[in-house]
Amino acid sequence: MATVLGQRLRRKEDPRLITGKGQYTDDVQLPGLVYASILRSPHAHARILRVDASLAREMDGVLAVYTGEDLEGKLGTIPTAWLPPDSDIRTVPHSALAVHRVRYVGDGVALVVASSRSIAEDALDVISVDYEVLPGTADQEIAMKPDAAQLHEDAPGNVAFHWQVGHAPDDVFAHAEVTVRQRIRQQRLIPNPMEPRSAVAQYNESTGDMTIWATSQNPHIHRFLLSGILGIPEHKVRIVAIDVGGGFGAKIACYPDEALVAFAARELGRPVKWTESRREHFLVTTHGRDHIEDIELAGNRDGTLVGIRVKVLANMGAYLSTAAPGVPTILFALILPGPYTIPYAAADVYGVFTNSTPTDAYRGAGRPEATYLLERMVDLFAREIGMDPVEVRRKNLIPRHQFPYHNAMGLEYDSGNYHLALDKALEMAGYEEFRREQSRLREEGKLVGIGCTTYVEICGLGPSQVAGAVGFQGGLWESSQVRVHPTGKVTVFTGSSPHGQGEETTFAQIVADRLHIPMADVEIVHGDTDRISMGWGTYGSRSTPVGGSALAVATERVVEKAKKIAAHMLEIGESDVEFDEGRFHAKGAPGRSVSFQDVTLQAYLAWNLPAGVEPALEGRAFYDPVNFTYSFGTHLALVEVDKDTGEVELKRYIAVDDCGRVLNPLIAEGQVHGGIVQGVGQALYEGAIYDEDGQLMTGTFMDYAMPKARFFPTFETAFTETPSPHNPLGVKGIGETGTIASTPTVVNAVMDALQPFGVRDIPMPLTPERVWGAMQKGGMEA
Amino acid sequence: MGRLKPNSFAYYRPNSVASALQCLATQPDAKILAGGQSLVPAMNFRLSRPACLIDINGIEALAHVEVCADKVVLGALVHHQQIHEHPSIRQHFPVLAEAAGEIGHLAIRNRGTLGGSLVHADPASELPAAMVALRAVMEVAGVDGTRRIPAAEFFVGWMTTALDTGEMLVSVHVPLSSSSVYGFAEFARRPGDFAYVGAFVERAANESGAVTWFGVSDKPEYRPMSALPRDAAARQAEWQQLAAKLEVLDEPRMRRKLAVVLAERAYQKVEEAKIG
Ligand SMILES: Cc1cc2nc3c(=O)[nH]c(=O)nc-3n(C[C@H](O)[C@H](O)[C@H](O)COP(=O)(O)OP(=O)(O)OC[C@H]3O[C@@H](n4cnc5c(N)ncnc54)[C@H](O)[C@@H]3O)c2cc1C
Repeated sequence: MATVLGQRLRRKEDPRLITGKGQYTDDVQLPGLVYASILRSPHAHARILRVDASLAREMDGVLAVYTGEDLEGKLGTIPTAWLPPDSDIRTVPHSALAVHRVRYVGDGVALVVASSRSIAEDALDVISVDYEVLPGTADQEIAMKPDAAQLHEDAPGNVAFHWQVGHAPDDVFAHAEVTVRQRIRQQRLIPNPMEPRSAVAQYNESTGDMTIWATSQNPHIHRFLLSGILGIPEHKVRIVAIDVGGGFGAKIACYPDEALVAFAARELGRPVKWTESRREHFLVTTHGRDHIEDIELAGNRDGTLVGIRVKVLANMGAYLSTAAPGVPTILFALILPGPYTIPYAAADVYGVFTNSTPTDAYRGAGRPEATYLLERMVDLFAREIGMDPVEVRRKNLIPRHQFPYHNAMGLEYDSGNYHLALDKALEMAGYEEFRREQSRLREEGKLVGIGCTTYVEICGLGPSQVAGAVGFQGGLWESSQVRVHPTGKVTVFTGSSPHGQGEETTFAQIVADRLHIPMADVEIVHGDTDRISMGWGTYGSRSTPVGGSALAVATERVVEKAKKIAAHMLEIGESDVEFDEGRFHAKGAPGRSVSFQDVTLQAYLAWNLPAGVEPALEGRAFYDPVNFTYSFGTHLALVEVDKDTGEVELKRYIAVDDCGRVLNPLIAEGQVHGGIVQGVGQALYEGAIYDEDGQLMTGTFMDYAMPKARFFPTFETAFTETPSPHNPLGVKGIGETGTIASTPTVVNAVMDALQPFGVRDIPMPLTPERVWGAMQKGGMEA
Repeated sequence: MGRLKPNSFAYYRPNSVASALQCLATQPDAKILAGGQSLVPAMNFRLSRPACLIDINGIEALAHVEVCADKVVLGALVHHQQIHEHPSIRQHFPVLAEAAGEIGHLAIRNRGTLGGSLVHADPASELPAAMVALRAVMEVAGVDGTRRIPAAEFFVGWMTTALDTGEMLVSVHVPLSSSSVYGFAEFARRPGDFAYVGAFVERAANESGAVTWFGVSDKPEYRPMSALPRDAAARQAEWQQLAAKLEVLDEPRMRRKLAVVLAERAYQKVEEAKIG
């Protein structure tokens, strides 16, 4: 049988998902279901003087109204689960509903439960809250000023943590021939999966069981945390996330809302549903990025890079979300030297509280921020020394023979062939030719540019021991269980929690390949804590390298046991059995064979099993990777800037990625496409804006510009395959590469196009107004 | 905040203009519902909270395009996409068909109506400016009868029209002119967005002309030109001079610059149309 691994197979889950037959949380219907709605603070910072909900409580159809004070003693606070070591982190209390004080627009003030959603929303209108508005700011630099309003008593100066890593002493910069310095602002982004967040909770008073259907990327983490918040033992809590319509990191965190729904279900003895509106989503679901970075990159005139250091002010928002402290620290700083042999690197990171929506992981989480600043700086450095930016990169990329390579921050890059990906991308783009064409077009007054990014990213999170060492309050291994049924059909239980990435297909490929059975015979079960023993979820490009590897190991265990039974059936020694084309046969005697299905049936009948072999056929694995995996690649973008309007047109986009072995090129390309679009969103369109008072000015799709398919050319993608040496599949991770690489690629291209104007940097997003403005300032009319 | 649903409201679906007007006169705080592409989002955010909706989509008489000897009459319920595709409109007012095609996305154009767009009077929208440029006349009905208002007088300010309480827009009369040629250009931050700035340019047979800008101030800005220069530099100077006098409310530097750029781009379309 031709192996299904590596095939361009269409996604098994798509017919269900694209014909409206998915089962999302908001689809859950239960007898007696009632609806929750949350009153949210209209102020960025205020004292709550009084909440009067008496009118709301009297409304027909309203079952209950709760305020922050009603929860005290009944519901725990919302925890932070990543505590970077050697930092003075202040995990300030975060109540599910604000008590006495609100700290951002959207902070929950009261919870209404009613017989319909409309009534619940109407009731919000008649709750009267007296606020004493306090000064505040959504800007981290202002929040750190001595006279700034303080958000939390325990966090003087609004500093949530100060964390430093690496070594890049002054004399490195003093001795370098060239140092380029730049301040870069990586704007705040608002993740927008198609499906908003939602939760339905049902409490069984007689058994004490709490079931919560929730939009989660990691149901077991939610079970663990919600068990603590609700004070219900872990074995009595079940989290179910059947189909999840995208997450991009925003569905990792444990939010107040899910806890509130569960609380209300327990109080009222009725199942309760809450689904955020898109407007609510903009306000309360975690945001991403939002760094102010001061960067220095040092090197010599021959193009060698010698040191990089950065001071970061990371906006954490009003509270520390679940994984938030790990994002601008561990996930950001450790990869700062990127794919280059930069010997010295250091980061100095302040996490800052502001009156804004909490930030947390957003597709790429820390790695896009690191890659953006590095790749922009490399271009500025190249310009400074008058060298082609591609040549600077080529000169500094880690050579192939140096792997495994220890970067300046101590990470061990597992494998790589960086120059290969670079050369392939340049060839696809016709780089040399473009440069010649560019000079010609410039003379005609056309503004065309090419931008390049070479990147490496940390994927496959990660070895649990390292997770512990870097302060992640959980493990990062993964579980899998391959249950072969008597007829040879297979159910797979995985702790990964795919929510749009296509693992129902790739995981089935892994199993079908190893068991030599049709894809249709494999069912992948995920997202239910009652069906799956344990799991750490889907994020950090970990599902295939960690969850997939767990699955490969578990499947191998099935094969091993089946071999034993087959040998017994064939009356030969185990070492004489070969498994091929779906049959176990005697070595050298292909005629003497039994099928996989014969063996599975015998395993279950157990009439005649070899000595010491237990009945049934299941493989289990709890796989803890020995290292992260490091995907890498080169992206190139060609743009044209309209010199009258400042509009940027993306004319071509070339992506060469290496994610180790590619299990399904169609799905891998899909991940790259979506990633590029998301990254270009940051470069050209998206950006959350708060006004001086901390009001979100970009709270709808009218003001917050999400990229759409029609803005893009057909992407030109390719893969090189450098397997990871340390996992059974040789895979690395492809979910975030596009987002990581495309932002600097496109910005570099625009800056290249604007070179005649002497423009050095434009803060993202590069809207027509900003580009046009920069050209005016640059002063030169081309 | 966080709202998904509008307030509760009464709902009527009359099938004649007369009964719609009757409703409008008797129901307190009533609003007309046409394509719902502006009104419904506003209601969902509870920015607009009418007590009563009068759905005019059942009034067949408002849904026609009628070609007369000296004008084309467009009913208030004609959809944007119909304007974009209608053979008579393409023939007589290609610039109108083109501009209608720039409105939002297909789903919005299929529902959004001419009347809704004109009464909503968003200063960044295409159709109000097109009607000003084409010197159309609005036919407005109230319980006491109908009156006609030239487009240039219909748009009085930011999302405000000359429509009185109790009145509705029934049709738009666009005069046929054999002597003028029009061009249109707009710039949006992203394809499918409302225009940031747009321009209609007219060249009349006697070398005079006009430019109508939108997205620059609170309403369409019509500027007649006694002579529309054929010489590029002279024309550029003319655009600049006119744009400099615009009262631009927001981001004036860029909007003025775009007003000039887009007037010229629209003019180039005039030239192309003449050749074509
Ligand atoms: C995502 C999006 C993008 C859009 N992009 C654009 C764009 O690029 N350009 C653009 O011009 N528009 C755009 N629109 C708006 C769209 O054109 C609307 O259709 C239009 O503005 C309103 O028309 P409607 O028929 O939907 O009116 P409705 O929303 O039903 O009504 C709008 C207002 O007009 C009143 N009204 C409607 N008909 C009458 C009548 N006959 N007499 C009196 N009052 C009446 C209503 O009471 C209401 O106050 C966009 C809308 C959306 C949702």
